[in-house]
Amino acid sequence: MFETFRAKAQAVSAEVHRAPAGAQALDLVLAVLGREGVGDAPGERAVWCGGPILGSLLDRDALVRRFPGLSFEVTRERAAESRVGITEFEWGLAATGTIAQDATDPRLRLASMLPEVHVALFPTSRLLPDLDALLERVDPTRARYLACVTGPSRTADIERVLTIGVHGPKKLVIIAVDGEFGAA
Amino acid sequence: MATTDLKARVNDALENGSLAGALGRFNEAYVASRARAYEGIDFEALRDQLVGLKGRAAAHLDELAEQFEEKATQAGATVFRTSDPAEVKQYLARLCKENGVKRIAKSKSMATEEMHLNAFLAEQGIEVAETDLGEWIVQLAGQRPSHMVMPAIHMSKEQVAGIFSREVKEELAADIPALVAVARRELRQKFLGADMGITGANVAVAETGTLVVVTNEGNARLVSTLPRIQVAVVGVEKLVERFADVGPILKALPRSATGQLLTSYVSMFTGPSPGADGQPKELHVILLDHRRTHMARDPRFAQALRCIRCASCVNVCPVYRLLGGHVFGGVYTGGIGAILATWFEAIKSSKDIQSLCIQCGACIPVCPTRIDIPEMIVELRRRLAKEEGHPFIQKAALRMVNDRRIFHGLLRAASKAQKPFAKKGMIRHLPFFFSGMTEHRSLPAIADVPFRDRFEGIAQPAGAKDKAAFYAGCLVDFAYPGIGESVVKVLNAAGVEVTFPQAQTCCGAPARYAGAFDVAARNAKDNITALEDPEVRWVVSACPTCTVALRHEFAATLEAEGHADWAERAEAMASKVRDFSSLVKELADAGRLTVEAAKGLEAVTYHDSCHLKRKLHAHEPPRQLLGAAGFELKEMKDSDSCCGMGGSYSLKFPEISAPILARKLENIRATGAETVAMDCPGCMLQIGGGLDLAGSTARTRHVADLIADKVRPARPAGGK
Repeated sequence: MFETFRAKAQAVSAEVHRAPAGAQALDLVLAVLGREGVGDAPGERAVWCGGPILGSLLDRDALVRRFPGLSFEVTRERAAESRVGITEFEWGLAATGTIAQDATDPRLRLASMLPEVHVALFPTSRLLPDLDALLERVDPTRARYLACVTGPSRTADIERVLTIGVHGPKKLVIIAVDGEFGAA
Repeated sequence: MATTDLKARVNDALENGSLAGALGRFNEAYVASRARAYEGIDFEALRDQLVGLKGRAAAHLDELAEQFEEKATQAGATVFRTSDPAEVKQYLARLCKENGVKRIAKSKSMATEEMHLNAFLAEQGIEVAETDLGEWIVQLAGQRPSHMVMPAIHMSKEQVAGIFSREVKEELAADIPALVAVARRELRQKFLGADMGITGANVAVAETGTLVVVTNEGNARLVSTLPRIQVAVVGVEKLVERFADVGPILKALPRSATGQLLTSYVSMFTGPSPGADGQPKELHVILLDHRRTHMARDPRFAQALRCIRCASCVNVCPVYRLLGGHVFGGVYTGGIGAILATWFEAIKSSKDIQSLCIQCGACIPVCPTRIDIPEMIVELRRRLAKEEGHPFIQKAALRMVNDRRIFHGLLRAASKAQKPFAKKGMIRHLPFFFSGMTEHRSLPAIADVPFRDRFEGIAQPAGAKDKAAFYAGCLVDFAYPGIGESVVKVLNAAGVEVTFPQAQTCCGAPARYAGAFDVAARNAKDNITALEDPEVRWVVSACPTCTVALRHEFAATLEAEGHADWAERAEAMASKVRDFSSLVKELADAGRLTVEAAKGLEAVTYHDSCHLKRKLHAHEPPRQLLGAAGFELKEMKDSDSCCGMGGSYSLKFPEISAPILARKLENIRATGAETVAMDCPGCMLQIGGGLDLAGSTARTRHVADLIADKVRPARPAGGK
């Protein structure tokens, strides 16, 4: 099922990684921060919404020292000035290469929509076959803002030419993390 | 007069080469990407699901709206339900005033287009920014969307560059990624600066009070997150019963709309979520009825409420492809737009739009909710005709057809009068007001001896096992009597005696498609009287349009005109009606007839006529017969796309019919085949005439003519 997920997500221009555990996932995230040149200037910053996957592995102070533009305080101003946003998703949907989360917490939406690069982690163990399977599992009266993301933001509104990154991220980096994680 | 204005707009669109080019390329790419997206999906099973769930919802709009209101209110939303678009405007004006709203960021809501909300809000001094890229382009250009999914599909990148340059006051190049970057920069400020965000919804779930919004750009996510007040304006036809119903809709919508498995973003909100600052925010859901429940009570139009606005009907429409949505459409585009305009605006507002439908039915097999748009268009025409009557000349012409003796007498007279214009059985130029008929194609000359007079000279086999009544239809009877002779020959070979009831007359299709149901009903009665015969096992026709009339439309026409007893007789006859190729295939399969393969036959290409393919579903039988007769079949591209004939359509809109025909001729030419086989004399008239006028050596042939000398009675050897 993961290979289907990978193929479908790549087909819509997402970058897909799989990490055997949280530590390797963290390395992948840091590599993206380095690659994207995160620094302490408007447009170069990064916002990080912690979650159960990497929560316990994050030495926040050390990370902020290493990437001076990085913040774990996600506000709309910070997110709007950031190049990279990092969030944790709850599910993957193999049939369409989709990731899904309860995004009731607005910080999740800010960090995943305003920056140009969105890094999304999700537990491989919560890969579902498709959207129908997700709808069966989720109670929308609890998950009040359910968000499904399939590839980066795109448009074909001018002469039907596919162009990536209109209002949301231009790059979507998905990291599927093996192992069990609590919560949600 | 509206029609003159329509003609002018049609001509403007046709002269706009970049429009036709863009739409044509889109059409070709769409067909392929849609097919890829549906790979591995049982489309018919999905349609069953969607027809079920959307149909149930449409039948219970009021209850679902009530339930939605209750659930969404429980979740913390404020729900406002109204039938009146003016009340939506007032509600929003008040909401803006009370909350000091000066700027609004909006993601797509078709319902707001119905009430021209943006113009109203601007009058209130409120700045509204459409944030879907296509909608923004159209907004800046002061236009309206020309397509439901791709609002600016009619514009070139040069035009977009011009519009953006004016907006940002700098000279921009026509470079698409750069233009998109400009839109990102400009609209980002609109998102961040807006006090209110307005979205529509693709689905509204009654059992949970959830709204589902899909976008590719992500604008609805930003609109529903950044501004402090969130509003959704939603038509009640978006309601479904259950949360699980979202699944099938989202399986079909992106695939049918853009050939995607899923859009980049799907957001489902149930009540308000905290604002960007973490504080509680307001969510107002405006559920707009605007005559939708009224529509749901109309048995002929309720099906339109199943529409999920994927626009696949428009994407495959040969007329939309030429004209675009500004001519062929209102707030909603294409044929479905004509129907919705009737209800959301007024029946008269759809008059021009609906007249553009050629009735080819290309939209029927792609609709994920099985909406029959052409049938509803015919019903619209019927109601318009009842309301306004037909123009005098048209009515006179239809009446003429209605009286068999006058009509047939005229045709006989014409056969004499045409002599000076006919050459080798074709008429290339007609004088005076008939000239439009021969501008883009030649016409077949009217036969010296019609089939009805020839039939008497064909001896019928004695003691035949079965009898079939042959229904010729006007074209076979008076223009192509040879086809009738071939039909008789083939059926005789199968041991079937053929009868030709002389009282048969026009099938009524021209009248019906023009909405003149009274005329069509009269035709139906005359034909039923002529063809009803308990000894006859089949009623067979070599014209698919006539076959559809006899088999499917007589009963419906008579029913609509209130002749229930006649409708019953029509039903009884309908079960006997067959198109030529299907019946011959049936006889061959039953061992009553052998088609012998001849050697060294020419290659043929086959044109599927609209009625045969999409109403009678006879795609295979003619191909199997041709194959059995030894013809090499060279398939043309889009063999089932309309030839542009559409009955009287080619007379009413020759300027639209001509480019549709040109495309067909090009696809034929590309096969290299010199023979174009088909089952429809109407298509023969159009395609044959087009080939003749273009000086092509290729010729059209009816399948009956191609196989007539290759059939023989099956020997009783092997039994059944």
